[in-house]
Amino acid sequence: MSSREGWPLWEVFVRSRAGLAHQHVGSLHAVDAEMALANARDVYTRRGEGASLWVVPATAIVASDPDDKDSFFGLDEEFRHPSHYVVPDGVVGI
Amino acid sequence: MGDHAVEALLRVGDSCLVLAQRLTAWCGHAPALEEDIALANVALDILGQARGVLTRAGELEGAGRDEDALAYLRDAPDYRNLLLVEQPNGDFGQTMLRQLLFDAWAVELWSAMTASTDPVLAGIAGKAVKESAYHVRHSASWVVRLGDGTDESHRRMAAALELLWPYAGEAFLDDEVDIAAAESGLLPLPSSLLSPYRHRVETVLEQATLAVPPDPWWQRGGRQGSHSEHLSYLLAEMQVVHRAHPGATW
Repeated sequence: MSSREGWPLWEVFVRSRAGLAHQHVGSLHAVDAEMALANARDVYTRRGEGASLWVVPATAIVASDPDDKDSFFGLDEEFRHPSHYVVPDGVVGI
Repeated sequence: MGDHAVEALLRVGDSCLVLAQRLTAWCGHAPALEEDIALANVALDILGQARGVLTRAGELEGAGRDEDALAYLRDAPDYRNLLLVEQPNGDFGQTMLRQLLFDAWAVELWSAMTASTDPVLAGIAGKAVKESAYHVRHSASWVVRLGDGTDESHRRMAAALELLWPYAGEAFLDDEVDIAAAESGLLPLPSSLLSPYRHRVETVLEQATLAVPPDPWWQRGGRQGSHSEHLSYLLAEMQVVHRAHPGATW
């Protein structure tokens, strides 16, 4: 295969037939939005997975910095989980 | 239904089969990974269409030939495909132009065939028309990109058009087989598909900044069994395993 330097990267999101939200499924290269959508269809919905597609230029995604991992996600805030809640007697279905 | 029905169906089924075989040669060689998968998808769709139509042709023939017998045990003079589809792949642009010239015909054919008096064929066409609608979008998109692309890509597309245009018209030439098949309601009359075909193809070519060539003397004969030398080589490769190991399965 010849070089495709310059083909921008796109992130692909598929909403499955039964799904409520689009899920990130992967990425691909395409020269423009029209080709990105067609490629997403061809690469990621071959087995009837999707009912809707989004393609987003990878450069439009703002990602968190790995160096911020501790301050973003490393906090001990156990009180945000309902782990100390005692289920009353007689309650079923939880 | 008589022999004309079988003959008419072979013309459709063989055209799909030969083109699918041509397209699979791109597997692993397309200019981009995404396009490689796209071309394989198209090839598989068209192979599926061939299977349906050839299976039905075998049933109507009533001589016990199934899709495999028809695909693997006939020689080139028994094939009834359009000359267009047996033409070599050439470069990617040439393959895409051939694909446009085929897809634009296929989408009209399947669309009309959904009204076939044979419910099996109408069913095959109902599935195929959705596939072909995507195929023609894909091939048209590439013809426009390359035709209206760089000087080099435009030059290549213009050369491909000059090479392939004389093969575009065969699909619309009626003979007694076509007339009989149309009278029985099995298939549309080939010439009835020409006007929407021409409109679609010319619109794409104009967008691609490719001059629509004047109508040549259309190359013909494939649908009657007279083929170019390319078909025998294609069939040799396609049929060799089946002929070396008849009935083999895995």
